[in-house]
Amino acid sequence: MKQVSTLPAPHVGETGSTTASTADDVVAVPLRHPWRWIVAGALALGFVALFSSLWTNPNIDHATISSYVFHPRILSGIGLTLVVTVVSMLVSTVLGVLLAVMRLSKNPVMNAFAWFYVWVFRGTPLLIQIVFWGYLGLLYSQISLGIPFTDFTVFSVDTNTLVPAFTAGLLAMTLNQAAYSAEIIRGGLVSVDAGQQEAAASLGMSPAYTLFRVVLPQAMRVITPPMGNETISMLKNTSLLSVIAVLELYTVATQISSQNLRQVELLVVVSCWYLFLTSVLSVPQYYLERHYGRGSARQPGPTPLGRLMSSFRKGKQPESKGPVND
Amino acid sequence: MTDALATHRTRPAAATASPLLVASNVRKQYGSVEVLKGISLTVNAGEVMCLLGPSGSGKSTFLRCINHLERIDGGRISVAGELIGYAQRQDRVFEMNPREVARQRRSIGMVFQRFNLFPHMSALENIWAAPVGVKKVPKQQALKRGMELLDRVGLAHLAKAYPAQLSGGQQQRVAIARALAMDPQLLLFDEPTSALDPELVGDVLDVMRTLAADGMTMIVVTHEIGFARSAADNVVFMDGGVVVESGVPAAVFDNPQHPRTTAFLNSVM
Repeated sequence: MKQVSTLPAPHVGETGSTTASTADDVVAVPLRHPWRWIVAGALALGFVALFSSLWTNPNIDHATISSYVFHPRILSGIGLTLVVTVVSMLVSTVLGVLLAVMRLSKNPVMNAFAWFYVWVFRGTPLLIQIVFWGYLGLLYSQISLGIPFTDFTVFSVDTNTLVPAFTAGLLAMTLNQAAYSAEIIRGGLVSVDAGQQEAAASLGMSPAYTLFRVVLPQAMRVITPPMGNETISMLKNTSLLSVIAVLELYTVATQISSQNLRQVELLVVVSCWYLFLTSVLSVPQYYLERHYGRGSARQPGPTPLGRLMSSFRKGKQPESKGPVND
Repeated sequence: MTDALATHRTRPAAATASPLLVASNVRKQYGSVEVLKGISLTVNAGEVMCLLGPSGSGKSTFLRCINHLERIDGGRISVAGELIGYAQRQDRVFEMNPREVARQRRSIGMVFQRFNLFPHMSALENIWAAPVGVKKVPKQQALKRGMELLDRVGLAHLAKAYPAQLSGGQQQRVAIARALAMDPQLLLFDEPTSALDPELVGDVLDVMRTLAADGMTMIVVTHEIGFARSAADNVVFMDGGVVVESGVPAAVFDNPQHPRTTAFLNSVM
């Protein structure tokens, strides 16, 4: 005897039970969701209208967009954007770990320094920090290494030689990011159970070895998702370096558009590239999360492709009876 | 029970009475609360001592003082003749730096109530991590030893499992193997069975009994009276930060001298 009910059948398809279906099983008609279809239709209509208005807009020259997408100057701008993003993220992460450990240490000097660093670099706008490093030559025309308040110097260089625009940009992004990363990493370190440090200590591990072997690998689970956010922010924030004329993607695009007066077209080109690059950057984040999630109570989930496939199947699941091996 | 009593009495190491742990007048306070009010006791090499007492009596705190997880505020603790946490040069005592404390802890193993296995490492890696990283044992050798130790606690088949995939009793047995991998001369157990489901307690106590029979020096904070009676050479009853009563298990359990001991034993037995 088969019942028809609108109640979702509990356990069907989830428990992985291998028992064959019996007459007592509830065979449910899945709950209908008419509003989903209505809202999806309305949204689709809106998007079609938006895109057709863009496509038929006489003020946008589509030929310009396609001719500049892979333009050598644009590509070199992308190269510089990626270099700044990758180098700044790597160096700032190392600095961030250092600052986080200093902030958590019992040493009052280190603790105060780390607090002060984060206070300064997180408390002033990134744009102003970029301009500041760009104008460093106005503040110190010469940079020299020596003993303060004496005439002894090891070397002395012209600031603009030592710190060209690119280096200034790199410095600004790295030092600013280190402050944010330090707080994220500190949060991750604090989240690791205190018993872990006690266990490591009872095995005779030194504080530094405990940090790198026991605490940090566990903290990475908590640190990785927000650091992925930071990486994506970093990639987009490199566009701020246009104010000190670092030839990254956005600077190059504005230079081109100031010559051919196709501002909107080049903004479209640049936006498409940023969107593409941020999408690519979320891939390593995903695999980092999988790596550091090993041993956690939750089983590692399927890969993105697998997830796409299963979400496809999930839409039809209520009608399929039980697991595949039935 | 009488069989167990008979076997542990004949343990070889218990015969040689050389003191391994000497604690004299150990005091510890948190803020204005004094949790240890002068604990003095001696554990000989090869002996098993069980620390009993109501919660808050300071027994776990005392255990954590032995490997300097807690700083003591007075008295002194020495293991194998070496002052713990401090270095004595001529007539002055210097506080040790963290690296020196870490070196001392290598010979003092500890097993925790909450196991504290490293969740990102497999059972086997939990065991070889410290010998390889701290004592610089060659990895192949440490792996081999790790498998032997896992076999000894009956978990060789779960070498690749992560702690989250193990039951509490299995985790605690891995934790014991992890402590043994450092070849400690003293093993501290901080309520090793208190976080376990009742049916898993026996497996862990069996492993501990085997260790005791093999002559390992152990200090065990526990509420398992049965284990203390059968495996301990000495039982110490603590309450309110002081040692109320101590002696061989039979004397303390069957003929307690102090009313607080009697009251406690009545409440747990």
